[in-house]
Amino acid sequence: MDSANDQQVSPGRLLWHCRRGLLELDLILQRFIEHHLESLTTDQRAELFELLHYDDITLLAIVSGREQCEETRLKGMVDLLRAA
Amino acid sequence: MSVPIRKFDAVIVGAGGAGLRAAIQLSEAGLRTAVLSKVFPTRSHTVAAQGGVAASLGNSEEDHWHWHMYDTIKGSDWLGDQDAIEFMCRKANEVVIELEHYGMPFDRTDSGKIYQRPFGGHMSNFGEKPVRRSCAAADRTGHAMLHAMYQRNVKANTQFFIEWMALDLIRDDAGDVVGVTAMEMESGEVYIFHAKAVLFATGGAGRIYYSSTNAFINTGDGAGMAARAGVPLEDMEFWQFHPTGVAGAGVLITEGVRGEGGILRNADGERFMERYAPNAKDLASRDVVSRAMVTEINEGRGCGPNKDHVMLDITHLDPATIMKRLPGIREIGIQFAGVDAIKEPLPVVPTCHYQMGGIPTNYHGEVVMPKNGNPSEPVPGFYAAGECACASVHGANRLGTNSLLDLLVFGKSSGESMVEFIKTQPAAHKPLPANAADYSLSRLNRLETQTGGTAVGATRLAMQRTMQAHCGVFRFKHMLEEGVSKITEIEQQVASTEIKDKSKVFNTARLEALELDNLIEVAKATMVSANARTESRGAHVRDDAIDSPEFPDGRDDANWLKHTLWYREGNKLDYKPVNMKPLTVDTIALKKRAY
Repeated sequence: MDSANDQQVSPGRLLWHCRRGLLELDLILQRFIEHHLESLTTDQRAELFELLHYDDITLLAIVSGREQCEETRLKGMVDLLRAA
Repeated sequence: MSVPIRKFDAVIVGAGGAGLRAAIQLSEAGLRTAVLSKVFPTRSHTVAAQGGVAASLGNSEEDHWHWHMYDTIKGSDWLGDQDAIEFMCRKANEVVIELEHYGMPFDRTDSGKIYQRPFGGHMSNFGEKPVRRSCAAADRTGHAMLHAMYQRNVKANTQFFIEWMALDLIRDDAGDVVGVTAMEMESGEVYIFHAKAVLFATGGAGRIYYSSTNAFINTGDGAGMAARAGVPLEDMEFWQFHPTGVAGAGVLITEGVRGEGGILRNADGERFMERYAPNAKDLASRDVVSRAMVTEINEGRGCGPNKDHVMLDITHLDPATIMKRLPGIREIGIQFAGVDAIKEPLPVVPTCHYQMGGIPTNYHGEVVMPKNGNPSEPVPGFYAAGECACASVHGANRLGTNSLLDLLVFGKSSGESMVEFIKTQPAAHKPLPANAADYSLSRLNRLETQTGGTAVGATRLAMQRTMQAHCGVFRFKHMLEEGVSKITEIEQQVASTEIKDKSKVFNTARLEALELDNLIEVAKATMVSANARTESRGAHVRDDAIDSPEFPDGRDDANWLKHTLWYREGNKLDYKPVNMKPLTVDTIALKKRAY
C-alpha cells in the first residue's frame, strides 16, 4: 500500500485521501485543506498523509479529541487538525 | 484511440458492504474477480452505519421472519415487492451467521449468543409490540462489517483496484453488459474492464441534496452510468429524511435534543411547532416536524441570509444538563455550525439520509427492465446490489437496520447469480463492441476542451439547493413543477462544466466533474418522478394529496400502487406493477400504515 515514504505526496493524492466514509471527517478535512494545504511543508504533508491511513472511526475520535493518536510524532499534525 | 484492456470473469464497481459481500461469493467460487473502488474499501460509506443489521434470530425473545416481512412491507407503505421482501427476511439469519463466521465481532448475551436490541418499526406478531431484532457491534456495526468482509476477500484473492473510478457501462449490440470503462486516478489513464458479468454496488446518491448525511463519495455513480446506458431508474422519488441535520453540513442532531427540551424556532423566534402540533409540539413524529419546518421555510419564515433553515434552541436549558445529558451536541455545534449551543441556537434543516429507489433488480440481484412485454426482463451480464439498487425491499420507506441486511442478502444473491451465469457462458468472453471506450473518451475530451463553461462546484451547489427547495421532505405541486424546469436548466450547465486544472495525476477537479455527471442523472430522475406521482406514500409526501378514508394519508392505491421507471432519454416515465405475491406465504394485504 502507498505510504508517505514511497513517494512525495502530491496535493491531489492528499485531497483525495481526505474523501472518507464519514461525513463528519469529510467536513473537518475539507475545511482544514482549504485553509492549510498551501502552507503545509513537505514533512507536514507526509504526516497528514500518514494520519489519513487511520480508519474513519479512529480518525474521527482522534481529531475530535476523544482519543489520543498512538503515534506521538504525529501530535503536531493532530493539533493542527483539532484547531482547524 | 487504443485503450488498454483488463479481462476478468467478474467486475464489481464499489467496495462497500454489498460489493464486498458479492466479491466473496465470486472469488470463493474460483472466479477472477476485480473490485473497483474510488476509496479504500474500509472507507466506504457503509462505515457510517451504526444501528445494526436486522435478523429474526430470536436470541432475546421469540421472533419470526414472517413478522419481519410484515414490518418491512408495512414500512414500505406497500410499495416493496413482496417476493423480494420474503426472500430478504428469510435469508437474514443465514447472512448474519455467515458474517459472524467471517469474524464480525457482534455484541453478545451472557450465554454467548448474538445480542439483539429493538429498533423502530420492528415488531413481533404482525405489529403487536416492539421486538429485539437488531444485531450490532457496539455503535460501529458498518465499520466492523467492512473490516470482516475485506479480510475475507483478501484471503479469497479478490483483486482490488483502489482509487479507480468507473466511467461508463459497456453494452454490446444485443444490449448485454460486457464490461465497464474506468479511470486510474494515479495516472489519469482510461482502461476497459472486460467481464462476463458486472455488478454495480456503488451506494446511494444523497449528495444530490444540499443537506445530506451522506459522505462526499455518495454521488450515485452506478445510477448515473446505468441511466446513460439506457437502463431506467426505479422509484427515485423516495428518499428518507431526518428532521434535524445541521444546516449546510448535514451532520445529524439526535432527536434526544428535543426530548431534553430543545425548541424549534423560526426567523421571528416563534416556537412554531405549537401551531402544528399543539400537544406534542417539538416532540411530534419525524414527518410532522419535518413538514412544519419546511412549511415555515416555504412561507418565508426561515432563518439566515437565504431563509433556508430554522433554529433548534437549547439556550434555555441549564448548561450542566446539556453537558450531562447531551454531551455530543455542543461538540457538533462548534465543529459543524460554528455555534456554541449553550449560548446560541443551532441552524437545522430536514436532511436527506437514504435512497430507497435505484437500479431496478429482482431478488437474484439481476438488473431488470421492460422488454418485449415483460416489465422485468433481466439485462444479461448486469447486476446491482445495495443502496444503488432497487430490489425493491424498502419501497416507499426503509426500516432502520434493513439497509445493512439489504446489502448482505443482495450482495450474496447477486454474487451467486453471477457465479451461475458465468458458468453457463462459453470460456471466451463475449466480444467487446467496436470502440467500446469511445463514449467515455468523448466525455473526457469534452472536459479537456471545454471553454467558457460553468464551474463544477457552483453548478453542483445550484443542483443541491434546487433539490432541497423543490423536492425535499415535504413536496408542493407548484414547487415540483418549477423544480423540473430548474433542474433541466442545471442539466445544461452540467453538460458544459469546465475545469481549469488539466493535469493527469489525481486530478480531483476532473473527478468531481465526472461525479456531477452522475449526480445530475439522479437529480433529474428524482424530480421528474416526484412531480408525476400525485399521491403521498411513505417518504414521498405531497401537500396536494387528499387525506380521506379512501386515500389514507393521501395514499392512492387505485392509481399509484406501482413502481416508477425513469428513463434518461427524453426524461420519459414508465410504470410497472408492484409484486404483491410473496414466494411461499399469503400476500400481506393493503391497509393504512399506522403505528
